[in-house]
Amino acid sequence: MAASSTNSRVLPGFGLGLGYTLVYLSILILLPLSGLVFNASSLSLPQFWDIATGARALASFRVTFGASLAAAGINAFFGLIVAWVLVRYSFPGKRFVDALVDLPFALPTAVAGITLATLYAGNGWIGRHLEPLGLKVAYTPLGIVVALTFIGLPFVVRTLQPVIEDIEPEIEEAAASLGASRLQTFLRVILPAIFPALLTGFTLAFSRAVGEYGSVIFIAGNMPLISEITPLLIISKLEQYDVIGATALAVVMLAISFCLLLAVNALQWWTANRHKATAGVGQ
Amino acid sequence: MSAAAGRKANAEPRWVRWTLMGVGLGFLFFFLALPLIAVFVEAFAAGVPAYLEALKDPEARSAIWLTLLVALFVLPFNVVFGVAAAWSIAKFEFRGKALLITLIDLPFAVSPVVAGLVFILIFGAQGVFGPWLAAHDIKVVFALPGIILATMFITFPFVARELIPLMQSQGKDEEEAAISLGATGWQMFRRVTLPNIKWGLLYGVILSNARAMGEFGAVSVVSGHIRGETNTLPLHVEILYNEYNSVGAFAAASVLALLALVTLVAKTVVEWRMRKETEMLDAALPPEKVE
Repeated sequence: MAASSTNSRVLPGFGLGLGYTLVYLSILILLPLSGLVFNASSLSLPQFWDIATGARALASFRVTFGASLAAAGINAFFGLIVAWVLVRYSFPGKRFVDALVDLPFALPTAVAGITLATLYAGNGWIGRHLEPLGLKVAYTPLGIVVALTFIGLPFVVRTLQPVIEDIEPEIEEAAASLGASRLQTFLRVILPAIFPALLTGFTLAFSRAVGEYGSVIFIAGNMPLISEITPLLIISKLEQYDVIGATALAVVMLAISFCLLLAVNALQWWTANRHKATAGVGQ
Repeated sequence: MSAAAGRKANAEPRWVRWTLMGVGLGFLFFFLALPLIAVFVEAFAAGVPAYLEALKDPEARSAIWLTLLVALFVLPFNVVFGVAAAWSIAKFEFRGKALLITLIDLPFAVSPVVAGLVFILIFGAQGVFGPWLAAHDIKVVFALPGIILATMFITFPFVARELIPLMQSQGKDEEEAAISLGATGWQMFRRVTLPNIKWGLLYGVILSNARAMGEFGAVSVVSGHIRGETNTLPLHVEILYNEYNSVGAFAAASVLALLALVTLVAKTVVEWRMRKETEMLDAALPPEKVE
């Protein structure tokens, strides 16, 4: 407390900066979100429960969370490999590849959606080769996984890269000189060190995937009960003037987003502390 | 010398290296490079004249203009908010700071569809302010103000998220020195703070611009899809695609893909500048640890 009062005396702009921040956040975030909760409060608890556990809603949760989990898992596995390759190996065009990893952040989701749908359709560049194998991707739940994998791709790579860069070569050398094989070193020394970051990237990709709409709707086929994601169900309820139904589902989504956000924050705190602890040992 | 020897001891066997590189780069090729190439191939599938014709379409033109207008309107708000939030969070201690940072992160976690829905619930016909707005003949939802509000909701964290860690790492010694030498608050900001954060600020602007121009879900909910009026470029892509106008849809999409490429290049250049500047700073300071 004492520190904060001396700070504000030296540097100007604390009241102005914080005041503006709080007012802006209240108008743009808190007011709209409280409107959502206010609208939902017109429902009794049993009514809310009925909407949130209706057959179509439950199916949409299953599709949304199942596909998001699968996509985040795919991204964790391949993202680890990509991050490792980008940090540890050198090859021509590496800087170009590194910059390309951010494409899903920069490419509008609608563009990603129509492009992936075209690529994986039965006559598309990729779909053409998968269909004879009996793999239908576009307009099935598998297509949703593909779109969500694209959307979440940068998260794991970008959270892992700095952590892999920070691994001290001495630790690996010590493991090697104590007789560990390269695989043992990776599993026992490197993997534990990068695990919090891997989990953070996984959670970030998952949380982005759960709310994703634009890239999914073009490739999903959007069959109720089979390939309909929750954000789409919210929109179709809204289009049928079922505002209360849309609100109830949105509250469920919002609560889940909050939990995921808190999980990410806790994970990042864990990573930072762990980092500090290992740095302390190193000195 | 020891570094070279160390690298050898730490390297995977050659076949492992090649396999990992093959798998990693193959994954990126199928998931990133191929879609990017496909956008342009599909856009030019019917030849260059058809492509240009699709972009000359008045509805495509008005969608491009609306998209630019929204981004131009939203970006200044994001910049002012980002600087104000980062200044108070990075340079001062106060209670509830962690909560405030979490709140700023919220739009990253909230589904764009939910972000659009909340504005319908407030400003829509059945919303809290709906009757009042209708009585005064003000249109928010299914009109430009709604699109701008939804875009602001989705994009406001980008600048703040870049600036907070940057300003935290810079500390406050320079600003305190400026103030104790008699600078006014504005002078301190213009001469000390702004030059220090300019690359980070630009980085945040680039990211929030890309998202503002490309936002689909939130804008789709509040726009009402009125052709030639409230259709942004991403919504225009959707409409043409659903009408099986593939060339038109991919022509519009190629404009957005081009924007994404420009974003990636600008981002890489700014990252490079930032790294160079921190390296110069590190070189100017005496080394802490001799390796």
